[in-house]
Amino acid sequence: MANNIQHYIDELHQHRIWRSVFRSGSGDSNLHRAQAVQSNVFLHLFAVKSRRRMLEFSATWYLGALTFGTFLVLVITGILLMLYYHPSVPQAYADMKDLQFVVSSGVFLRNLHRWSAHAMVFLVFAHMFKVFYRGAYRPPREFNWVIGVVLLLITLLLSYTGYLLPWDQLAYWAVTVGSNIASAVPLLGQKIRFMMLGGNSVNANALLRFYVLHCMVLPLTAIFLMAIHFWRIRKDGGLYAPDKPAKEGTK
Amino acid sequence: MSDEIKAPTTPDSGELSRRRFFVKVGMTSIAVAAAGTGVFAYQFLSPNVLYEPSPVVNAGKPDRYPPDSVTLDPETAIYVVRDPEGYFALSATCTHLGCLTAFKQELGIIACPCHGSKFNRDGVKIAGPAPKPLPWLRMWLNDDGELMVDRSNSIATKQLVRV
Repeated sequence: MANNIQHYIDELHQHRIWRSVFRSGSGDSNLHRAQAVQSNVFLHLFAVKSRRRMLEFSATWYLGALTFGTFLVLVITGILLMLYYHPSVPQAYADMKDLQFVVSSGVFLRNLHRWSAHAMVFLVFAHMFKVFYRGAYRPPREFNWVIGVVLLLITLLLSYTGYLLPWDQLAYWAVTVGSNIASAVPLLGQKIRFMMLGGNSVNANALLRFYVLHCMVLPLTAIFLMAIHFWRIRKDGGLYAPDKPAKEGTK
Repeated sequence: MSDEIKAPTTPDSGELSRRRFFVKVGMTSIAVAAAGTGVFAYQFLSPNVLYEPSPVVNAGKPDRYPPDSVTLDPETAIYVVRDPEGYFALSATCTHLGCLTAFKQELGIIACPCHGSKFNRDGVKIAGPAPKPLPWLRMWLNDDGELMVDRSNSIATKQLVRV
């Protein structure tokens, strides 16, 4: 039975249509595995080989991968939340309440989005601490650290813009305070605040601007930089490993 | 790279080759277009018409305010203060980071819930991080005898409207 299934799978892998999608074909050799990674648009960002000990939990605590995981959860739940949310002053708060009490699974998706957002901020910081204390930011990886800092800022901006969208008292005053902090910038402060809010007060224009930033501009920028961030891991010589191998017995 | 494929006819003098000339023209036009795009982006992102509430507020008849009182209108973020001699208007927006302040009747002071700034009923700062006093706003009586307040127009000295 098992042999039969294996036979069908092998046949499928040799089929013309399968081979037109996955050109590398099947095979257990390292060459085939490397080709499978290299000829895949997503996987080719990563190295075809990495050290076994770098894939162990202790090496990275998987913090970067977990951050990316929360980001994926946020994208999926966020798109679903967008189907029931209108970024307008009369509707935003009511839509948020509808998601909690009326829409099927709405409260689950909204809470998943919220907790994932908290988790992502925590994981980004944890990831950066791990990279910092292991010294993995040093050359030749210094540019990837810089991209990471920009991604941290985008994560925080995503949190800040998303905070306004429920349009409750907490959101309103948080963004009032935040936009007034922006206006403390010398000379340009008032202009920055005006552009940020699209007006002189936190109102319909501000809600719409924050919505567009939260759902389009910032996520697309984050995805763009993340692609470079992952690709640079390969280009900078793979996941960081200290020069001296760990003492025998501990690893 | 460009040195290797330089046209052989180009003399070594400081003269501009055709290739370099067109590269310069191209780069300059891209720079001009980029600057123009920046200007257009700035203008596009700054709204020309705002559908915001008017800064001029009708605060109603003077006699709706009891003698010696401080009344907050949270919708318009102004205090109408009635002194023994007359009326004046005070902005209720904290000068620290823009939160709405509230008048504490039992203490006779104005307090901000966000970061703890305190003001007396003349708007003078008593405590907290606020850098400036609450501004006095221009107030006048309209033809129907109602108090009008211009929130966009703060005045340097306290002026009472006598009714």
